[in-house]
Amino acid sequence: MPVTTATFDFVRDLVRRESAIVLAPGKEYLVEARLTPIARSVGDPSVDKLVERLRCSIDPSLRSRVVEALTTNETSWYRDGDPFTALSTVVLPEIASRPGFDGTFRIWSAACSSGQEAYTIAMEVAEMQAARPVRAEIIATDLSPTMVERVRAGKYSQLEINRGMPAAKLVKHFTRHGTEWVVDPRLRAMVTARTMNLAAPFAGLGSFDIVFLRNVLIYFDVPTKQQILQRVRAVMRPDAYLFLGSAEVTIGVDDSWIRSTAGRCSFYRPSLGA
Amino acid sequence: MHALVVDDSRAMRRIVGGILESVGFETLQAEHGQDALDVLAEAGAKGITPSLACIDWNMPVMNGLEFVMAVRTRPELRTMTLMMVTTESEHSQIVRALAAGAHEYLIKPFTADAMMDKLRLLGLMPEVVG
Repeated sequence: MPVTTATFDFVRDLVRRESAIVLAPGKEYLVEARLTPIARSVGDPSVDKLVERLRCSIDPSLRSRVVEALTTNETSWYRDGDPFTALSTVVLPEIASRPGFDGTFRIWSAACSSGQEAYTIAMEVAEMQAARPVRAEIIATDLSPTMVERVRAGKYSQLEINRGMPAAKLVKHFTRHGTEWVVDPRLRAMVTARTMNLAAPFAGLGSFDIVFLRNVLIYFDVPTKQQILQRVRAVMRPDAYLFLGSAEVTIGVDDSWIRSTAGRCSFYRPSLGA
Repeated sequence: MHALVVDDSRAMRRIVGGILESVGFETLQAEHGQDALDVLAEAGAKGITPSLACIDWNMPVMNGLEFVMAVRTRPELRTMTLMMVTTESEHSQIVRALAAGAHEYLIKPFTADAMMDKLRLLGLMPEVVG
């Protein structure tokens, strides 16, 4: 059943307030599709009824379930391909060749969802470990505690594994347990997952050589995008690399970045003195 | 570009063929490995070598693994990318197929998006314009 305008407006305000993510008009179908299962689970016959319940309730767990359901994305391994080619052929070797490199890459996978990006990065570091003694600390963050738990578990269904995982990497880095595939402990040891809201100040993250912030800025309005990019810049080491989604740019949003390319992939670096 | 779909289920050939056609492939179909070798010989006589073969594992007459091994002995088919599309999902089976010469492996059931992800990995997706 399609949701009413009042329901959509309420959900839009809630999601915006709690996550700073903006649901554009026309996303009513998304509200309906993602919230219907929650409505059912609490015994409400429709999303409109669920929203009525939310209006008079102060239950934070129901609110956070609603926000979570609308802010998570489906994702694949090696999503968009090119950034990971750039990572393994250009970025990791360049960082490793620096005179002051201490042997550990610090990498942030922001808005990591169920962890496919973080573990894809870990697989590329593992490939490099065959040739030289490097380590990685990959920090995977997401708004959703459910997603963070999933990253920690490192277990993926057959359908998830089918999404873009090269077969040779699958057999090398995963083992099958029943109907699930479990990531190798060596990769899991590289990845630390924690909840974090990109729209709030970043605390205790440390600094990074590489930041993946892909396909998430699109959900924010321009002032929030600017704030996020400024905070990201503040946790990047000098000469660090920022990867955005293939349809995203810093230009016109925050000009303190320099765009470079490696193969078919663009990345950004903090401009000096900005 | 041509793609060969090898599966003993007509419904599955239609599904796989439909996805491939939606991204611009012309498809050829075969019911088992021996049938596929015959189809390839016929296409080869017309100067056509498919860029891709999607291969089921369990089929009568000649199974998918035997077909992969047969293709690997024929230099004229070395440009054809081989992808297993099968319900076989044991770790050891995937290793066997890769060792025999398969390039990729898609486990049934799968979605159209999963098939496209694999085509992208293999460099067989037409570039999106714009």
